[in-house]
Amino acid sequence: MKTIEQTTDEILNLAATQFKFPRADLQPGDDFYKKLGIDSLQALELLTRLENHFGVELPDYEVQGVNDFHTLATRIQARL
Amino acid sequence: MLDLAKYDSLGAALRDALGHWPEEVCLIEADRDRERSRLTYRQFGEAAEPVAAALEESGLAVGDRAAIIMTNQPKWLISAYAVFFAGGVLVPLDYKLSASEHLQLLAHSKAQVLFVEYPFWRAITQAPAFREHKLRMVLVTEAPPNADLAGGVRWEGFRGARAPEFRPRAQTDTACIVYSSGTGGHPRGCVLTHDNYLEQCAAVAPVFPFWPGARYLSIIPTNHAIDFMGGFLMPFTGGGTVVHLRSLRPEFIREAFTKYKITYMAVVPLILKNLQRGLREKFAALPAAKRKMLDALIGVNRAFTHGKPRPALSRMLLKDVHKAFGGGLQALLVGGAFTEPATIEFFHDIGIPIYNGYGCTEACTAITLNDLRPFRPDTVGKPVRGMEIRIVEPDADGIGEVSVRSKTVMSEYLDDPEMTAETIVNGWLMTGDLGRVDATGHLQLFGRKKNMIVTAEGKNIYPEDIENNFEGIATKEFCVFAANYIWPQHTMTGEQLVLVLRLEPGHTVNDMLLKELSRRNAQLLNYKRVSGYVLWDQDFPRNAAMKIRRVILAGQIGKQLDRNAMVSL
Repeated sequence: MKTIEQTTDEILNLAATQFKFPRADLQPGDDFYKKLGIDSLQALELLTRLENHFGVELPDYEVQGVNDFHTLATRIQARL
Repeated sequence: MLDLAKYDSLGAALRDALGHWPEEVCLIEADRDRERSRLTYRQFGEAAEPVAAALEESGLAVGDRAAIIMTNQPKWLISAYAVFFAGGVLVPLDYKLSASEHLQLLAHSKAQVLFVEYPFWRAITQAPAFREHKLRMVLVTEAPPNADLAGGVRWEGFRGARAPEFRPRAQTDTACIVYSSGTGGHPRGCVLTHDNYLEQCAAVAPVFPFWPGARYLSIIPTNHAIDFMGGFLMPFTGGGTVVHLRSLRPEFIREAFTKYKITYMAVVPLILKNLQRGLREKFAALPAAKRKMLDALIGVNRAFTHGKPRPALSRMLLKDVHKAFGGGLQALLVGGAFTEPATIEFFHDIGIPIYNGYGCTEACTAITLNDLRPFRPDTVGKPVRGMEIRIVEPDADGIGEVSVRSKTVMSEYLDDPEMTAETIVNGWLMTGDLGRVDATGHLQLFGRKKNMIVTAEGKNIYPEDIENNFEGIATKEFCVFAANYIWPQHTMTGEQLVLVLRLEPGHTVNDMLLKELSRRNAQLLNYKRVSGYVLWDQDFPRNAAMKIRRVILAGQIGKQLDRNAMVSL
């Protein structure tokens, strides 16, 4: 079982790769819309990638209103 | 299609629709690649009538208000049908609002009943204003087994014991209260009657017909006037099928086109532009010879479809492109915001007709629709049946405020006689939008009334008009404002336009961008040029239809930036 720290770290790695953003500049508390400069459609694309990576399914509503990596990680962690 | 002139209410028309096509498929619900449910019109009735019965048994009186906060799904339509059947008034709310905004609108609408998906209800119960809510009954869908419903009951178990009694309503009775905007202290609840909707359906049907077998992919939130019409009233009164997707990721939408052979989909311009970008990338990746062939076929298609759409011919010419859209797509409907002519033209050229139009919730959705006969992407089309348009105080170019009169115009803004009096003047709805009707009766739009400038030469300039000229610049998003709209100066002289740039993260204004801005600016007539730009570091606020909330954005910029922050171009 992964720890929440591991899950968060993996999310940050995947986000950095997907949006070609320096990994070192991403923090768990960051607002990913603001930090990565992405729109809602791009956030949904990130979600698909995270689902494939973690092998979970996240309904769209689970991430509605979520803007930071840490909360996203807790939602994913709850389904691992 | 049903003869809607026969009916006094939506409830009566919808009830007859169920009996008219009992074995036709009414709803398909899919979640990712799985189909969750498929209901015929008969089965829809079997699901909805017990809900109507339960509403009646639990004391819903004729005219009582019932709100819905749900994503696009069958239970939305089943609940709405039950409310109309039981004589209630529907209050469709935007599920994308925050919990406190939901509570604000629930209070404003005086809704007694709420149909809500569990995640939204969970958020609402955690909002500070929750303790003050006056809801009498809350029906919660899809709640986990041990969830605390905070006084709500499960939708799935909400079934009456007896057959419900159909409660007729008159044409002038209120059918819905729909919020067109404004949660910031001034909610605009449009009071729409049964007659408004029945008229609107009849007016739009000739351009946008449904028949048994026609399928509509519903992705614009159903509370929005466009989907309420296109994803509920129109297909039901025509015997069509509504397809709901529980996950609106772009890849599932693409799959649905082919899997369900979609006939129509309504989109907002943002989505249309995304589709356009995707197709352009695919075209660009083709080998040179194929690309040449494609361009030639597009040219042939363009020539043959200028006068009117010819779907069969387009499908034959551009087979592969159409295959990606499922092969049965008749048209994409675009609305909710102004769509650039170039985008509409792109799709038209590949044989996918885009029906753009113009409308507002206050007029029960569509005011004009482009019937594509002939193709006029520079306009938003002609008035739909029964719609009168008058341009108020036109300037020398014939441009003035668009006002409309028709049976589809709302009766009032809920509990706001002052705003109603400002908006409906002598029976004419003042839209606040600026337009001109050309010699062929097509309406052209030129921005909004308030966010505009008048130059020293007496020329009126509309920022939204200028924006088209900057499309594609290397920013995340941008918009143009009248500087005085952001920083009011109460002067009619020396007005300027300002470009608000939100850059991609980590980017700065480099020489390349500056050169491009200057080049684009120089393409404009001198009196239309922007004077400078400001940098903005937050996402633009947008509504559910992805329209920029310009009043809010101007307010934010005005508060946080000084006019001196403007850098000259």
